[in-house]
Amino acid sequence: MNDWTALDRFLRTDPHDVGCEQAMEVLHVYVDLVAAGIAAAERYPGVAAHLAACGPCSEDFAGLLAAVGGSSH
Amino acid sequence: MGLLETGGADAPPVSRIDPDALDPDSAEWLGALGGTDSERQATLVRLHAMLLRIARHEVHRRSSHLRVTGPELDDVAHQAAADAMVAITAKIGQFRGESRFTTWAYKFVIFEVSTKLGRHFWRNPTVAMDAEDWDRLPDRFGLEPTRASESRDLVAALGRAVDEVLTVRQRQIFVALVLNGIPLDALVAELDTNRNAIYKMLFDARRKLRAALVASGYLDAETQRYP
Repeated sequence: MNDWTALDRFLRTDPHDVGCEQAMEVLHVYVDLVAAGIAAAERYPGVAAHLAACGPCSEDFAGLLAAVGGSSH
Repeated sequence: MGLLETGGADAPPVSRIDPDALDPDSAEWLGALGGTDSERQATLVRLHAMLLRIARHEVHRRSSHLRVTGPELDDVAHQAAADAMVAITAKIGQFRGESRFTTWAYKFVIFEVSTKLGRHFWRNPTVAMDAEDWDRLPDRFGLEPTRASESRDLVAALGRAVDEVLTVRQRQIFVALVLNGIPLDALVAELDTNRNAIYKMLFDARRKLRAALVASGYLDAETQRYP
């Protein structure tokens, strides 16, 4: 890992990323799948790509998962 | 009054999905919300108490990276729970049973917490919107002081790319989020827009900046997967 890895990682974009609006539209469904141990990322790869890149949406995901008593993904 | 009907004159519309398609807990919630006035009122009180508990937990979960404490945090939780109740009662007809009812409902309060904490940032901002200090960039990305010369070159190249390839709006968003470290939800509040619009602008800016740094030889073009 070179000195520029963090910047490179930040600048890389995933074409599968669905964006905040679509990800948040199904967040409750996604969270229930994760909480149930079902492979949510396989069912919603675009949401998974978004949550990996968007800090605020990832925070909402973590909060909702905690609220339903699930563990982190 | 049954599950598939609405309540009194001022009652919220209740979801029209088949109760048999729901898990028992969700069916019970919708049944109670579509029940008699007293049953519905008692259920709304119970729902508000649950939302407030979730909101309090959520603001405390996030408090380690907030400059909000004590009574202010509790105020945010109360406001979030109250506004989530309004949203839920207005939109309950949109619940389609794709998740548990409580998960669907909790989503509203989590979103309200995010929105309110974003607005709260501007009560005591640590940085101005128009600040622009490129010296912060190495810290933002952990560029090592021992490789100062390389870091300076990369920062200078990134600065040139920001000036040359970004639109005025993309530049404003990049500077606010990346250089100034303004939380995205705070920027949403300041610019009176939505999270998706800001994210899309930053997404496009990232893509353009990376392409520029690849073209100038600072970053590798090949797709790389990180753990």
